[in-house]
Amino acid sequence: MKKSILSKTTAAALGAFLLIAALPGCSGGGAVNTSGNTASADASNPTPAGAAKEPAAAPKSVSITNVSYDPTRELYERYNKLFQEYWLKEKGQEVEITQSHGGSGKQARSVIEGNEADVVTLALEGDVDEIRKAGLIDEGWVKRLDKESAPYTSTIVFLVRKGNPKNIKDWDDIVKSGIEVITPDPKSSGGARWNFLAAWAFSNQQNGGDEEKNKEFMKALYSNVTVLDSGARGSTTTFVENGQGDVLLAWENEAFLSQKEHPGDFEIVTPSLSILAQPSVAVVDANVKKHGTEEVATAYLQYLYSDEAQRLEGQNDYRPSNPDILKEFGDTFDLNIKLVNIDDDFGGWEAATEKFFADGAIFDQIYKR
Amino acid sequence: MSGLKAPFRRRGNNVIPGFGLSMGVTLTMLSLIVLIPLASVLLVLRDYSFAEFWRVVADKQTLATYRISLSCAGIAACVNVVFGVLLAWVITRYKFPGRRILDGLIELPFALPTAVAGIALTTLYSDKGWIGSLFDKIGVKISYTTKGITIAMIFIGIPFVVRSIQPVLEKLDPQYEEAAAVLGAGRAETFFRVVLPELLPAALTGFALAFARSVGEYGSVVFIAGNIPYKTQITPLIIMNKLEQFNYPAATSIALVMIVFSFLVLFGINLLQSKINKIARGS
Amino acid sequence: MRSKTLQIFLILLGVLFVALMLLLPLATVLAYALRQGWRIFAAAITDNYAVKALNLTLLAAGITLVVNTTFGIFAAWAITKFRFRGKQALTTLIDIPFSISPIIAGLVFILIFGRIGWAYPLLEAWKVKIVFAVPGIVLATIFVTFPFVSRALIPLMQSQGSDEEEAAALMGAKGLEIFRKITFPHIKWGLLYGVILCTARALGEFGAVSVVSGHLRGKTNTLPLHVEILFSEFRLTAAFAVASVLVVIAVIILILRNIVEYRLKKEEE
Repeated sequence: MKKSILSKTTAAALGAFLLIAALPGCSGGGAVNTSGNTASADASNPTPAGAAKEPAAAPKSVSITNVSYDPTRELYERYNKLFQEYWLKEKGQEVEITQSHGGSGKQARSVIEGNEADVVTLALEGDVDEIRKAGLIDEGWVKRLDKESAPYTSTIVFLVRKGNPKNIKDWDDIVKSGIEVITPDPKSSGGARWNFLAAWAFSNQQNGGDEEKNKEFMKALYSNVTVLDSGARGSTTTFVENGQGDVLLAWENEAFLSQKEHPGDFEIVTPSLSILAQPSVAVVDANVKKHGTEEVATAYLQYLYSDEAQRLEGQNDYRPSNPDILKEFGDTFDLNIKLVNIDDDFGGWEAATEKFFADGAIFDQIYKR
Repeated sequence: MSGLKAPFRRRGNNVIPGFGLSMGVTLTMLSLIVLIPLASVLLVLRDYSFAEFWRVVADKQTLATYRISLSCAGIAACVNVVFGVLLAWVITRYKFPGRRILDGLIELPFALPTAVAGIALTTLYSDKGWIGSLFDKIGVKISYTTKGITIAMIFIGIPFVVRSIQPVLEKLDPQYEEAAAVLGAGRAETFFRVVLPELLPAALTGFALAFARSVGEYGSVVFIAGNIPYKTQITPLIIMNKLEQFNYPAATSIALVMIVFSFLVLFGINLLQSKINKIARGS
Repeated sequence: MRSKTLQIFLILLGVLFVALMLLLPLATVLAYALRQGWRIFAAAITDNYAVKALNLTLLAAGITLVVNTTFGIFAAWAITKFRFRGKQALTTLIDIPFSISPIIAGLVFILIFGRIGWAYPLLEAWKVKIVFAVPGIVLATIFVTFPFVSRALIPLMQSQGSDEEEAAALMGAKGLEIFRKITFPHIKWGLLYGVILCTARALGEFGAVSVVSGHLRGKTNTLPLHVEILFSEFRLTAAFAVASVLVVIAVIILILRNIVEYRLKKEEE
């Protein structure tokens, strides 16, 4: 009796296992189908998704995935159209580009975990470098493209409410008591790290390099922070839509965008000193080899440096890296702002992360009681 | 009998067929979908010493998140028990227009996507929102404070309490209460001495379920929590934070603490519930 | 009469609580969705990405439903019709997904099927993608809603006892026959109730799915994720418009639930 029950159990277990095993399999098939549909719907050129894997036959269409960070949504929406036209003219090939946006660190992590991006366009070099450490991007990627792989740059500015009621002019105004500051969490947000470092650089200049005083300054700053969202976009929404805080520390482009969305409600204040924020782009070598998309992915990033693309970046409030085109936008950007940079003033991202943002480092210390 | 000590082996003689099959399917699916995935968490920690594990899970900032998560969830569950008993009572004992609609609305937090609930609550309770602006006038901030977290937790926890208590209340014969009243007990006395003791196990189950769910909740809480370390950072957010620093072992360590915690809470609930069942069948 | 006053007071208190805590968030969603008029509302919900997200959400919920219902019936049968050691532990294990943080639920699948996971080499060899693809979203949804059906069935079948089934078995009926002719008629409304709640939760799952999704537009975005995306694109009205689609589905489900419950109670009497 006992024996027969046992064997029945085993049989049933086996049956159920097959059922489950079949499930991912069949929904895996579903996934292929879905992407096939996407390709035909978007590129208006019905080709099976698998076509991308046969570079030899020069397929009619190819698809790549761009994993990016939050504030670039509007930029890449436009840039993708520009690139699609360019590539069609150049190679006679349709490109389908799938976008993914989120906090920069989160996006880097998803690529490391197996989100098969062909290119990454993230908020900072450190995040792209994590992907290199995971073995997906080759060594020396920073030098593969011009300008340290940063086709456009930005900086950190203040966004304040109309009329600047708290009279905020510079970094030392936002550490005063009674000012509510909105900035994201440097532990999870790339933009937040630029914010932190810019503030530190200001304090360092004021206090002649006294680390203890810098820590005091940062402590005062972060005790004014009322909401520490996990991403830059979250902070902007908190400040703009939900009306929190007196000042938002924001990417310059994000600040411009908020102004465009809500004309007349906000003002941009440029502090006396800020940081040159260089969002980094890279081809994810392991993935493009797997997909056979090396050529188009590389071209996708290189085209970011073309005059048309540089102008588009300027129109989307990123500072073009080409100095001539940057000058065309002299009315938009405050070109006189003093900018420190990560390599010269902080010894690169590795050192900065270690010193400021690692567990137990300065950012954690300023919150310790 | 001593040979039959192994778990999941049937006991007693029972003529109903299908034990092997149903147990087989149950255990297999449970293992594949829940147990093996959860065990994989341990695999990530294989290179982690206990000292490292402890340093992460007992870190000051992590401890603060437990405190915030647990206290908000605790307060929310208490509020839910009070209003849960009230709602269950009103729905089962009174007849009034709209009773069935009220009854139907209880499950709204189940059905409403957590992210939608989170965004809606944040908008509603921020100092620009309909409710938040009223509280702002008396100087109380709700969104981005622990009050906001608690409110989101009340929102997601309420159905658990009402639905735990309702069946017990339905089974509890009103005659019982009437008898007490006839014997001269006051209304309050009847409620506290006759009804409440009967409801207690169910209320506790509801409390524990709402509590366990609130502690782990992410979608609806993340929008309304300010994420300030030591002040409004909840445990799921610090797990997210560790992940974003590519620190998988640290994230999994804290996750493990939460898993063990929810297992213990649930185990307690199930013990309670089998007790309730015995009472329900006994009386 | 004092008793009447108390009754009205209690009812009002209950209604007020529900209105404030549950109805107002719902109303907020709808009010924001329509604040810029119907045209923007319609544009938002017929947007290509929104429709794709809806399809994916429905697909995930559909598969989840089949898997969890199968499991729920077998588990409830095993647990309520037999006595065995470890029953308490088994019920608890089944309930775990109820109270586990959705973040953890998503994380465990990353830790298995992600590039850092132990099953990844195998998946590579088979050319199957699980996380950051549709199967991962389905799996995460199944995990989160795993106990719903069994939780609805177990108390019901427990209170019914197993005398009838035993009698049938003694008369020589086969397992499937017993289930179909004796058990099923008793539990069908309860089963439907569980299925409905499971669907509701599956449609709305956010946390776990967000971890395994990769947010690929038009490919791995479910409707709740699409809401979040619109929200972070400053398209607040569109976000609430899409959210209101989910709200409407939720309300329809609640109405269904209510009908089912009504039938359930009638049957009991």
